[in-house]
Amino acid sequence: MTNEPGTASLESSSSERRSPLDAVHRAAGASFTDFAGWQMPVRYSSDLAEHHAVRTAAGLFDLSHMGEIVLIGQQAAAALDHALAGKLSAIEIGQAKYSLLLADDGGIIDDLVVYRTGDDRYMVVANASNAAVVADELRARAEGFDTFVSDESDDVALIALQGPDARAVLLETPGFGVDGPGNDEEDFDAKLEGLKYYRAFPATFEGEPVLVARTGYTGEDGFELYLAPERATRLWEALAETGGPRVTPCGLASRDTLRLEAGMPLYGHELSRDILPVQAGLGRVVALAKPDEFVGRAAVEQGPAADAPVLVGLAAEGRRAPRAEYEVFDGADADAARVGVITSGALSPTLGHPIAMALVAPDAAEPGSELFVDVRGTRVAASVVALPFYKRTA
Amino acid sequence: MTDQTALHYTEEHEWIAIDGDVATIGITDYAAEKLGDVVFVELPAAGTTVTEGTVVGEIESTKSVGELFAPVSGEVVEANQTVVDSPELVNSDPFGEGWLIKVNASSLPKFLTHAEYRALVGE
Repeated sequence: MTNEPGTASLESSSSERRSPLDAVHRAAGASFTDFAGWQMPVRYSSDLAEHHAVRTAAGLFDLSHMGEIVLIGQQAAAALDHALAGKLSAIEIGQAKYSLLLADDGGIIDDLVVYRTGDDRYMVVANASNAAVVADELRARAEGFDTFVSDESDDVALIALQGPDARAVLLETPGFGVDGPGNDEEDFDAKLEGLKYYRAFPATFEGEPVLVARTGYTGEDGFELYLAPERATRLWEALAETGGPRVTPCGLASRDTLRLEAGMPLYGHELSRDILPVQAGLGRVVALAKPDEFVGRAAVEQGPAADAPVLVGLAAEGRRAPRAEYEVFDGADADAARVGVITSGALSPTLGHPIAMALVAPDAAEPGSELFVDVRGTRVAASVVALPFYKRTA
Repeated sequence: MTDQTALHYTEEHEWIAIDGDVATIGITDYAAEKLGDVVFVELPAAGTTVTEGTVVGEIESTKSVGELFAPVSGEVVEANQTVVDSPELVNSDPFGEGWLIKVNASSLPKFLTHAEYRALVGE
């Protein structure tokens, strides 16, 4: 059985889509960028200031462009065990899990965070650029399972509050309650204080539902708050007002440098249909031990070719950053062999030196290997280092 | 405070201040904002001969790389070492401390006026 027709129309996805927080961003003087068909803030004033704010205090992100696909039904868990690489039936209600949607050939269609929101329900969070494809694939793969797949992306806004001060600000922000009887702020505070990493609970903000998750994409402690689009502006303003100078609105530019420092892959850069999970260091995400015949299993079991590239971290000196698509060589000379390609790179705002991720030949991937990146005609030395580049201390 | 209306401009978002034979060159506030936080500036050394319309330097931000085109032909008489050491000056003071190079220009091409440049960037 399945599935309702998708709510997102092709017409609206091909034009410039705007976040429910668009007016707030414009009033704040944000610069915008086109991201997967959405006009989203790239920065408000300074990428670097926003980056440092998340590392030292807290940053507020609008991620309403991301896709939310909900599965409801007795066999929702079984359907996801078949559709995704992980064993989603094994997670508890209120737990979240990072997972992958694989193609038959083992290539990565998208990386996802899956929340179990009930015994018979899950919410799958997809990258904006892949949301429609993920919804279509989940619908097709759920055929024959007793579950209903619904693309709720247009009805869900997402605000992330990330950084060491995120929890304190969330606790101080008035208007939160827990979902259910009592529904007061003390209950909310107790729930929030007990919330572990990669867990979520249903709450209310000013009486309306909000899913509070301790998840993120910055390498800091933080929260992601899912709620109805028409409530997003109130919540954003309440968090900003309560946080005062501790809370900085942050655009996608800082989100990219934060996730890069934390060694987290970005779909379309580190991950694509052309690589198997193990090449990106995501072998552990694939639950080969589960009994289900999931899409991509055979290809993953067979594994990539012996010489298939693998994802590594690179660190360099100076200030010139390797950037996506720059080529990587095993020597400084013109006749050195090409061993790979940069997938993401930046001058690390936290560390002060260039960092990058690259897909390189296995024999060049040993930590400590000295490689050379062609930075617009100049060979810049870079050593292979373990990921992540940055790990928070507390 | 630089009088922006007295400067010349290019479609590559550079500004040029003419003082006798010497053209002082920088990038505009519009270009700096589009780039984001500038973290690295590479400039041609004094004594280098540059040719109008060619790439002579780079301005890198956290997000992207901007190329510096020579808006005039001539010999570089000074590169701004202060901006090399503190690239953020390109953002904080693009028309002042954030200037990039001074070129001894043999002749000047036709530039955009302030009004023409502002029209170009839609302001």
